[in-house]
Amino acid sequence: MGERVILHADINNFYASVECLHRPEIRNKPVAVCGDPAARHGIVLAKNYPAKATGIKTGEVIWQARQKCPQLVVVPPNYPLYLRFGRLARNIYSSYTDQVEPFGLDEAWLDVSGSTHIFGDGIRIADEIRERIKSELGITASVGVSYNKIFAKLGSDMKKPDATTVITRDNFKQVVWPLPAGDLLYVGRATKHKLARRGISSIGDIAGNDPGYLRSFLGKWGEVLWSFANGFDSSAVVRQGEESLIKSVGNSITTPRDLESDEDVQMIFYVLSESVAARMREHGFKCRTVQIQVRDKDLSSFGAQGKFSKPTYISSDLAEKAMELFRANYSWANPIRSVGVRGCDLIAADSQEQLSLFENEARRMKQDKIEATVDVLRYRFGHFSIQRAVLLKDNDLGAINPKEEHVIHPVAFFKEGRLP
Amino acid sequence: MMEEKNYCHPHKVYVSVKAVFHSDGGFKPVSFIWEDGQEYEISRVTDIRRAASLKAGGSGIRYTCRVENREVYLFLEEDRWFMEKK
Repeated sequence: MGERVILHADINNFYASVECLHRPEIRNKPVAVCGDPAARHGIVLAKNYPAKATGIKTGEVIWQARQKCPQLVVVPPNYPLYLRFGRLARNIYSSYTDQVEPFGLDEAWLDVSGSTHIFGDGIRIADEIRERIKSELGITASVGVSYNKIFAKLGSDMKKPDATTVITRDNFKQVVWPLPAGDLLYVGRATKHKLARRGISSIGDIAGNDPGYLRSFLGKWGEVLWSFANGFDSSAVVRQGEESLIKSVGNSITTPRDLESDEDVQMIFYVLSESVAARMREHGFKCRTVQIQVRDKDLSSFGAQGKFSKPTYISSDLAEKAMELFRANYSWANPIRSVGVRGCDLIAADSQEQLSLFENEARRMKQDKIEATVDVLRYRFGHFSIQRAVLLKDNDLGAINPKEEHVIHPVAFFKEGRLP
Repeated sequence: MMEEKNYCHPHKVYVSVKAVFHSDGGFKPVSFIWEDGQEYEISRVTDIRRAASLKAGGSGIRYTCRVENREVYLFLEEDRWFMEKK
């Protein structure tokens, strides 16, 4: 088999570009797409190049951004529109290969090894894709071309906007190795510090080190990063459709106000559990484990997980277990800013089940039926057509609908953080 | 579900369109009503492709149409049609 040809396409400033396309009047001004300050999501989600030039960073709160750039134009996000443009971009990719692996809404890997004899080499396909994104969608993309996914992604980060970057076996030492270690996929802040303390600052430094040494302070990831840096990554571009092997179903939310009591937290756990349970039922799963994630107002966070005696997709099971975990692990040192509930260890909902002699099975079956009925009612008459009484106690917290407001976040490169 | 918001811009004009749906599938626009209320007949569609309109601000399937001996673009954006205003 010949050399693989992998492309990584990254739409430049995705949210901001889509907004600027639809608002010609602000196209040349500094623009930031920001979350809703009233719902406490008031941070910069994306910005265009004029805004970037003023030093505004993604994740900054709006007032910080305004300090750097008083004439900043702030626009609210329009997720349905971004989803549409993400889909249109993927349609373009899939006219060159069926091996397209989306990474979030705005990025994707393409394995075009099998299509080069039809469309021309990797560079030619990359240029054509860029041309089509520009003319058909009115936004731009940067594309990296290489023989592995890691270098393809690095390539798409190197020249922006609207450019193709090629990284080959012959040039990667000159192109990739001088880059800072933090540019490598999966080198986050913590890893970067660990590396820096040992005098490892560039990707070349990682590549030139002894993998055993890297392992001694980074664990298994040390060797993985070493192989990334040397271009040994051989992970496959996961074909469309196959990536949907769901490993867990979760929802988290930054609440409209800080949570201050067990009662508040319980309310949110019910809201999230209902959404998680409904999505598990939709996909035909039950979970055997539930995880919770809690972040207080100083942004320090903890997680905990617990097992069920039998698999479930009933929302009250999830919420009660989540509450039990929460009570055992949190002492209310601070009010809470965000919480999450996740069902994992999934099994198919229709798998065989051992009935218990000691539990009320008739009651469980009844609960099953109730939840299925709620699903139908909500499908026909809307989410808020039926609600738990507990949620009526607080208008702000009870009015959250995480199932439908659920936004797609990038999936991990290795699903569930598992090593290749 | 959040609504996909509409973006108003003086160069983007949403229009009503009459179309013929063919018995073997597919359709073709035959006339549109411009913002002055007048109906204009499309004598010929010369090109159909996906394209962005930087002028009006949007993207969709672009129909290049002959109307009264002039060439105009008609964009199908999801389920609405828009045109560029000079």
